[in-house]
Amino acid sequence: MSDSLSAVTVRIAGHQGDEIEAYLARPQGEQRRGGVVVIHHMPGYDRATKEIVRRFAELGYDAICPNLYSREAPGAAPDDAAAVARAAGGVPDDRLVGDVAGAAAALRALDGSNGRVGVIGYCSGGRQTVLAACSLDVDAAVDCYGAFVTGNPPEGFPLKVTNLVDRLPELRAPLLGLFGAEDKFPGPEQVAELEQTLTANGKEFEFHSYEGAGHAFFAVDRPSYNVAAANDGWERISAFFSKHLGA
Amino acid sequence: MCTYTTVKDSVDGSAKGPGGAWFHVSDVTVYFDHPVHAMAEHTLNIDFADPSKGPSARVALELTAESARRLVAAVQEALAAVPAELTV
Repeated sequence: MSDSLSAVTVRIAGHQGDEIEAYLARPQGEQRRGGVVVIHHMPGYDRATKEIVRRFAELGYDAICPNLYSREAPGAAPDDAAAVARAAGGVPDDRLVGDVAGAAAALRALDGSNGRVGVIGYCSGGRQTVLAACSLDVDAAVDCYGAFVTGNPPEGFPLKVTNLVDRLPELRAPLLGLFGAEDKFPGPEQVAELEQTLTANGKEFEFHSYEGAGHAFFAVDRPSYNVAAANDGWERISAFFSKHLGA
Repeated sequence: MCTYTTVKDSVDGSAKGPGGAWFHVSDVTVYFDHPVHAMAEHTLNIDFADPSKGPSARVALELTAESARRLVAAVQEALAAVPAELTV
């Protein structure tokens, strides 16, 4: 398979038909293929996230990352856009679901799509991935260390998001979870609670927790980057998407 | 973790921002979360901004928790070191 690809900025219809920006990477060639929606982390629609999008194209998928801050700060630098979105209260859950639905629809509308779409997200995007997979028809979901899928914040901690425990029975896709064993949020007890809840509800899932890795071990531009965990994690993701999104 | 918690307030002053230009700042947001640039998992982040001038009208700081505490103490010390009537 060729590793040639193209990557462009596009406009797609997001939540309630809003036109939002997205980054789309596609393998060269005519072969039928699945698609991957990449949900960026809270610091934004940044260079590192776009590198991840291109990597999925290199792996043979049409991949797209919607800019979740398109509305608050169109055209702004990613860090400035993240600051504006944060000051405005962050991304509401219903809007996130609408934007991911729009991204998935854009992938399925591409020539050569096999109709299958996976979702992956990192950090806050990990929680949003599970939310999307509980709300939308997707074929696979990958939660990379998303906090507050399960568990409650420490007492007195004014959390602005809710956990997703009540939503987990609605999970519609196999879930791959990749976690750092040294991470505090989500800590091992939260991962264990998620595992128990999914088991109790008869959901298909596969979890890996990496010893020696903390939060954000995939982030190549941050001190949390962990080579061993990230390398193995990419292999797990590749195998998981190949199984569930393959032509 | 992403803390999702943001403290906001209004301020009145100036900051030297993008392109080396001074601009009036009206808003400050303070939060403890992942930094963009600092080599730490979490930092105390402060954004001074003028939303009326767009997203780039911002001066951002990312400080370790210890640095942030020292900043708070330094600000208090500087304010306390001058006659109170100067700082009203």
